[in-house]
Amino acid sequence: MSGGATWDPLLGRLGLDALPFWSMIEHPTRPEIVNGSIATAAASVVVLGALAVVVLVTRKGWWRALWSDWLTSVDHKKIGIMYVVLAFVMLARGVVEAVLMRAQQAFGLGGGFLSPEHFGQLFSTHGTIMIFFVAMPFLSGLINFVMPLQIGARDVSFPVLNSISLGLTAAGAGLVMVSLVVGRFSTGGWSGYPPFTELAYSPGVGPDYWIWSVTLSSLGSTLTGVNFAVTIYKQRAPGMHLFRMPLFCWTALCTSILMIFAMPPLTVATLLLALDRYAGFHFFTTTLGGDMMNYANLFWLFGHPEVYILILPAFGVFSEVFSTFSGKRLYGYSSLVAATMVIAVLSFTVWLHHFFTMGQDADINAAFGIATMTIGIPTGVKVYDWLLTLFRGRVRLTTPMIYALGFTVLFVVGGLSGILLANPTIDFQVHNTLFLVAHFHNMLVPGLLFGMLAGYSFWFPKAFGFRLDERWGRISALAWIVGFMLAFFPLYALGLLGMPRRMVAFFQPAYLPWTIAAGLGGLVILFALFSLVVQLRVSVGAREANRVPVGDPWDGRSLEWATAAPPPEYNFPVLPEVGSRDPFMTAKEAGAAYQEPEAYEDIEMPANSALGALLCLCGGAAGFGLVWYLFWLVVPALAVALGALIARSFLRRTTRTIAAGEVRRTHRHWLAEVSRTAAVTRAGECDVRNRGRAVPAALEAAE
Amino acid sequence: MSLQRRHPGLNLGAAHQEADDASEVLVFGFWVFMMSDLIVFGLLFATYATMLGATAGGPGPRDLFDLRSAFVETMLLLASSFTFGMASLALKYRRDRGRLLFWLGLTLALGAGFLGFEVHDFLAMIAKGGAPSRSGYLSAFFALVPLHGLHVTAASLWLVVLTVQSLVFGLDTRVKTGLLRLGILWHFLDLIWIGIFSFVYLAGLA
Ligand code: HEM
Ligand SMILES: [Cu+2]
Repeated sequence: MSGGATWDPLLGRLGLDALPFWSMIEHPTRPEIVNGSIATAAASVVVLGALAVVVLVTRKGWWRALWSDWLTSVDHKKIGIMYVVLAFVMLARGVVEAVLMRAQQAFGLGGGFLSPEHFGQLFSTHGTIMIFFVAMPFLSGLINFVMPLQIGARDVSFPVLNSISLGLTAAGAGLVMVSLVVGRFSTGGWSGYPPFTELAYSPGVGPDYWIWSVTLSSLGSTLTGVNFAVTIYKQRAPGMHLFRMPLFCWTALCTSILMIFAMPPLTVATLLLALDRYAGFHFFTTTLGGDMMNYANLFWLFGHPEVYILILPAFGVFSEVFSTFSGKRLYGYSSLVAATMVIAVLSFTVWLHHFFTMGQDADINAAFGIATMTIGIPTGVKVYDWLLTLFRGRVRLTTPMIYALGFTVLFVVGGLSGILLANPTIDFQVHNTLFLVAHFHNMLVPGLLFGMLAGYSFWFPKAFGFRLDERWGRISALAWIVGFMLAFFPLYALGLLGMPRRMVAFFQPAYLPWTIAAGLGGLVILFALFSLVVQLRVSVGAREANRVPVGDPWDGRSLEWATAAPPPEYNFPVLPEVGSRDPFMTAKEAGAAYQEPEAYEDIEMPANSALGALLCLCGGAAGFGLVWYLFWLVVPALAVALGALIARSFLRRTTRTIAAGEVRRTHRHWLAEVSRTAAVTRAGECDVRNRGRAVPAALEAAE
Repeated sequence: MSLQRRHPGLNLGAAHQEADDASEVLVFGFWVFMMSDLIVFGLLFATYATMLGATAGGPGPRDLFDLRSAFVETMLLLASSFTFGMASLALKYRRDRGRLLFWLGLTLALGAGFLGFEVHDFLAMIAKGGAPSRSGYLSAFFALVPLHGLHVTAASLWLVVLTVQSLVFGLDTRVKTGLLRLGILWHFLDLIWIGIFSFVYLAGLA
């Protein structure tokens, strides 16, 4: 091992200076104290937050339920919910860091209050967290929860693998959280470019934290992609042809295919960087033949498809939202499917636009610039399809719809700035400035984040059996939209004025008004996040009044609305037969919804497994050990993981049977509930009248 | 059912109804996973190609490779693919476990032989001053070729596990579907090795 600095066989690189307040005790200067206090406060929040959860769970006696109903559950719905919980926790940290950066730049003329090192960690953790531990878990969670229901399946194809994927992702997120308390994170940005992240220039633990957390997450995502794709190909209910699937499933399929092909380049990039740092290899070093361009290619071979991994599921959510809340069939279904697939394919042909300025000749740049611009065509097709879905619909401005409308307008703005950047000559002027930061946030916030939040409000009643508070939902959605515009539109101007990205401070008074405006936008975004918390609190308090046990609060069209809210573990008492697109709407309109099947059968469901939780611990421990050179921890952690996998393969009874009688009882109970419940028109959609039984739009007009 | 092929590669067929049904999803899933793994090797091949010139004054292919040894490795691995094929046929058509175990044992021995030669090659290269930390070129070599070896090691371990399971449980569905998937991995690794032998060894010495 060429660890560079000395390390102890027992403690590795761990020392007192790993504590966030150590350096301000050793050098009590003003900047040290300011930065040290912020870091210490953040670390305390992590530690106290973790403690609070432990105390709460113990006081309420929830340990057993937590273990057997959640952590070891392989039910796709529960795994989906856990992914989304993880995403929300990490979102809180990511947004707070973002606001701290905006505050720093609002005060940044001539210095500000953060040190360059601290600012470097902030944008690196923010970017890493937002992409790998907010966006990816959120979309994996939504797909996990919704897709099997929509295709009429009982679970994903590989339920235990699903829980392992969650475990690996959570372990990666855990490492990033630990880095706040012990040691420091990378300052090399979310892309971790060498040679800066090589041992010679970043000898500390930071890049190692980045490498291992991202590696864990990329392994988890690869397996998730395999699992989702196989589920969609093999687990569809009878009659659910591919071209009868809801659009969300199509986007889930394309995202999964992208995960299968685009996560490996990331894993390769991080592992080769690890070989450089741990074993003295020379892939990306500045000496002995290393070549960082290989890293740039590998990283963006992942990185560009990644942005479509992020955005496609959001497109799927918006497609469902537009058609549901316009009370119409989705306009241009086939063209939306085709556009999704074209985008997925094209996304592999444009990666070079992330480094137009790094030395290839003009012809190559031109080719990739043109390829990039062509992605605008299928995306444009989608936008028109959505607008035409709204056209002459009875549009209801519910929370998901507000996100969707905000998305449509803002996403087009972001897309246009993307077309500008796709032109290499323009990119040469604005690359590495805040113009770029404005552009990609303009895609990621209104696109990905609004999509996820819309999906959260849309499917929350299905998952938990009660609606979210509509008032706070609307407040939050509007605050996100306004906050986004205020925080990011100024960055376009700053970029054109030449302000570089990733800069802790600046000396150009002309920037100041814009950075202050963006700082205010940051505060509005903080308020938006706060209103999400309030909304959840208020909704949980008022849950009895807002229950929707019948399960169809929005007059839904696809199969997930055809079952109870929350759905039984096995989703459907008998697998549905699908005869059309929008099968549940067809059934409702024909008066054929809520039928009792002719016969019930025993249902075999996968049994719980502790493997995911165990691999989460092993992955986290191995990662932590690698970061700190605690090799005595790494070896047993990996050995236990391998041993557990082998032991699991010796298990012969991996399923559990639910007796037909129990299924019948549960189903009849629900059907009785359905017939007791008065159907509600859309006028009562957002108040206590809505118990989850809808008068379908077509019949409402007749009424 | 017997005429319908469920997945590329050897199908168990109607005589193995339950395992054949189970393989529908399992084997398909494994093919998909293999595609992902193929990307990893593809990228490492590409990295290797771009780093051919990055010897930084250190030793190159001509100074380090031993073609005879690489040829022996190739023969061992090709033979092991053949014996695995025989094992698969025994699984499909024969009732007796003995023949299956014989071919599996032979496969394992050939795989172990391959690994032995390979480790020996690596040590010899390092002894000649060709350690991975010497140059970018050698880094690329030592990422690509040993990763294949690591795969062979994992596949051998899997083979051992499945063999033990077939002794404990008999040839039940889980063992059969496991062998189907291991077969795919084994032949896949053979293919990757042909790539390594041609592009790394033969082209390197040409
Ligand atoms: C919620 C509001 C958000 C705010 C206020 C915000 C703010 C910021 C700021 C100030 C930076 C640093 C810019 C610089 O380089 O000077 C940044 C970087 C970044 N943000 Fe955000 N962000 C937000 C949401 C998101 C989301 C949702 C994502 C992704 C899903 C995201 C991904 C990134 C990435 C990848 C970087 C680049 C990090 C790097 O330079 O390596 N952000 N953001
Ligand atoms: Cu891109």
